[in-house]
Amino acid sequence: MYVPDFEYHAPNTVAEACAILAELGDRATVLAGGTDVLHKMKVGKLAPEHLVSLKNLDELREIREEPGRVVIGALASHNQIYTSQLLQRRYLSLPMAAHTMASNQICNLGTVGGNIVNGVPSADLPPILIALDASIRLTSAKGERTMPLEDFFWGSAQTRMEPGEILTEISIPDQQTTGSTYLKFGLRRSGALAVAAAAVSVQVSGDTLHAVRIVLASAAPTVLRVADAERSLIGRRIDDELLAEAGQFAAQASRPRDSIRGSAEYRKNLVGVLTKRALKKAIDEGHA
Amino acid sequence: MAQAITDKDGVKRYLITLNVNGDAHTILVKGNAILTNVLRDQLDLTGTKKGCELGDCGSCTVLLDGKPVDSCLVLAVEADGRQITTIEGVMENGRLDAIQQSMINHAAVQCGYCTPGMVLSAKALLTRNPHPNEQEVREAISGNLCRCTGYVHIVEAVLATAQGRVTPDDH
Repeated sequence: MYVPDFEYHAPNTVAEACAILAELGDRATVLAGGTDVLHKMKVGKLAPEHLVSLKNLDELREIREEPGRVVIGALASHNQIYTSQLLQRRYLSLPMAAHTMASNQICNLGTVGGNIVNGVPSADLPPILIALDASIRLTSAKGERTMPLEDFFWGSAQTRMEPGEILTEISIPDQQTTGSTYLKFGLRRSGALAVAAAAVSVQVSGDTLHAVRIVLASAAPTVLRVADAERSLIGRRIDDELLAEAGQFAAQASRPRDSIRGSAEYRKNLVGVLTKRALKKAIDEGHA
Repeated sequence: MAQAITDKDGVKRYLITLNVNGDAHTILVKGNAILTNVLRDQLDLTGTKKGCELGDCGSCTVLLDGKPVDSCLVLAVEADGRQITTIEGVMENGRLDAIQQSMINHAAVQCGYCTPGMVLSAKALLTRNPHPNEQEVREAISGNLCRCTGYVHIVEAVLATAQGRVTPDDH
């Protein structure tokens, strides 16, 4: 399959990459793992004049602990996240979500940054990252800005990224949550996009929930946080009925579409079931 | 960044070094050259197969710095300076790798198109996890599609290798 020709750039620093992007504007596309960009170029959906490769920016591959937060470089691959002992110890739900993403071959290439900036509602990492209250850092020649990941998406494949910006890091703040999990239903156990998925984080206090976040994938044009379902849980005694009710709220708030992977009706039903099960798992098993 | 050389027609190529199966090849590639094609067409290493060419089937699997990747989704210029193992590099001292021998013993090869990728995925698995269970084997080869429906024998072949149950040329 033919890849349309382009001018190739491989800057050695983030600053250099930003300068190139500032000069080229929308004539350039950023290349990270390549599993989406090259795929799109092969099928004729993308033909950039310039490709700016981030392959030399090793500092963006790091996953590290800092006072008050865990930092994930945007170029960390899915398998790097899956095998990170730090993430397995702190937030096991995130490595497990990275593992569901795709085949081993794709997980060795694809990056967390790419998974985010694509902005597709079926991406596996944004829901669990939003459940863990992650924020992102965007860097450009003009400077840096950070924003909650939750605010980054506004439509299918539509994000608040400005031309010239590079997503450089993802930050998970230290938190009071006692558990989190990502449950995904795909048509195969491996390498399948989500028909629907639910990520949750919970802060259990005694037999009630003090705080909770519920974020859905493949359930609307964007990754979707469902506030009504979250509110319905706070301060009430945890039992199966309560969790099922939250699942119903989540299903009602979801706006899935009919697609080859599942009908809207089926997906709404899945959202209810997955939300309930995810809540139960996070409450019972912690960060799992 | 790799040195760029522009020819008299204005076509730009990059001078890159691919360390393939322990042999360093310094070659010129265009920016849009895909690793699979460079391996097959420039280095004559045709054991790496082309299937879907979109990262779904795994027949183009190679090890990049020891990790399996779909070489159809890697630009050759991005692999500059890195270690690549193709199926041609799995045999050692004229002897088949234990996984290859085991796949023969278990009749785990039908048409053979998926086999190079299967062997490399299995080899990477056994390197990082010498004693996998069946589920781990199935997971490791889940990015390698076999349309002859031969998974059962392939999984048995990999498990037998891990358990040291490979007899040389017993067929």
